[in-house]
Amino acid sequence: MYEFEYHSPHSIADAVTLVREADEAKFLAGGQTLLPTMKHRLASPEQIVDLGSIDALTGISADEKTLTIGAMTTHADVAASQIVRDTLPALANLASEIGDPAVRNRGTLGGSIANNDPAADYPAALLALGATICTDRRELNAREFFVGMFETALEEDELIVRVVFPRPDRAAYCKFANPASRYAIVGVFVALFDGKAQVAVTGATSYAHRATGIEKVLADGLEVERIDGVTIPVERMNSDIHASAEYRAHLVKVIAKRALSACLDE
Amino acid sequence: MPSITVTVNGKSVSAEVEGRTLLVQLLREQLKLTGTHIGCDTSQCGACVVLMDGKSVKSCSVLAVQADGKALTTIEGLASGDTLHPMQQAFKDNHGLQCGFCTPGMIMSGLDIVSRHGNALDEKLIRAELEGNICRCTGYQNIVKAIQQGASDMAVKS
Ligand SMILES: Cc1cc2nc3c(=O)[nH]c(=O)nc-3n(C[C@H](O)[C@H](O)[C@H](O)COP(=O)(O)OP(=O)(O)OC[C@H]3O[C@@H](n4cnc5c(N)ncnc54)[C@H](O)[C@@H]3O)c2cc1C
Ligand code: FES
Ligand code: FES
Repeated sequence: MYEFEYHSPHSIADAVTLVREADEAKFLAGGQTLLPTMKHRLASPEQIVDLGSIDALTGISADEKTLTIGAMTTHADVAASQIVRDTLPALANLASEIGDPAVRNRGTLGGSIANNDPAADYPAALLALGATICTDRRELNAREFFVGMFETALEEDELIVRVVFPRPDRAAYCKFANPASRYAIVGVFVALFDGKAQVAVTGATSYAHRATGIEKVLADGLEVERIDGVTIPVERMNSDIHASAEYRAHLVKVIAKRALSACLDE
Repeated sequence: MPSITVTVNGKSVSAEVEGRTLLVQLLREQLKLTGTHIGCDTSQCGACVVLMDGKSVKSCSVLAVQADGKALTTIEGLASGDTLHPMQQAFKDNHGLQCGFCTPGMIMSGLDIVSRHGNALDEKLIRAELEGNICRCTGYQNIVKAIQQGASDMAVKS
């Protein structure tokens, strides 16, 4: 690993100032993406600002309408949380299927969404649920937040503090996982609010998106078979060694149907 | 250089590290605990798994400074004298290794599984939980058996 300067601030304000005043600095959450990326020299920040000592960034709480999770909360803590299991079990299941146990013990909600990997699981949940991303300076809804492949609306020195998830009536997440990494080749999150389905897809396109075509057919009735009638635009699908664009387009419908039926049976 | 204090296998150790020093480098190069292995170096293979505050982590993807103040358990911390830990003994009994490169990580992950799922483990669960540990030799069959036996022996012997 090449050399960098390490900082471990105790407050959100100090963390933001450190990044703002440096030439090239990055926040470090669990390091599960950033450290391997630095080893590959795909990123080479001169300053690393570790978020691990800022207590205000962790924690899980819920009220009647929302579930709130701190940016530094690990996937393992989300998966094991009784509050999440009681209020939004689909999110606990999603977290329990990210990568492997050691990755889940370090990887965080904030790191995952800031990274916005096209195959990451959390973006699908945030989009389908219409979550709000609270940073040190503003609130963004998920649709404004995810703007491109590995790209978000975050400014260079902007810190994600927490995510607020509206509590749906029901929800489910299904993914067709890459057998090696467990990243989503295609993952679909379905959430029902007052009988209306909100559907988001990850893994299929350059970044996660709301599946408006599927939502439209389900607006006329929540029957799984309706998804068969949707046309998935093959030209927008990712194509790589794991799956062709045609295969991904096919998977979107298959996985969406599974997620919807899991949601209806919940 | 940052100075850190960690508890390694029950003993408190202070060390001078650079920001960029990885936890696995601290263990292997500074503390000479070479039982923790480096396979891929990029968080895929699990050869470097150790327990940090009781939870499995890939020590190639944690900075040594991030371990400051934490308690670490490595493969060297398991046996008492000449008596192997039940999870180690189970790997021996079940022929759970061939070259042995992946074994320290498998055993530490095995202990993490027991700490979260208890002593009665079914095969399917063990296989799912070993997602992050790669073995190039065995085909996993005997590793799974070893963890199953080790887990149940830990209930008897601990
Ligand atoms: C083997 C393996 C398998 C994986 N499998 C999956 C999978 O199946 N599904 C999946 O979704 N993911 C998977 N991941 C990724 C995993 O979820 C990581 O947790 C995630 O990529 C982010 O890592 P992290 O939280 O450690 O963040 P880091 O690696 O520390 O940071 C990632 C990026 O986010 C920025 N950042 C971090 N926190 C904040 C914050 N609060 N505010 C602003 N910016 C921030 C950092 O500056 C950096 O650019 C896998 C990773 C590995 C290594
Ligand atoms: S060396 Fe750490 S996961 Fe392979
Ligand atoms: S025994 Fe050789 S890698 Fe597992």
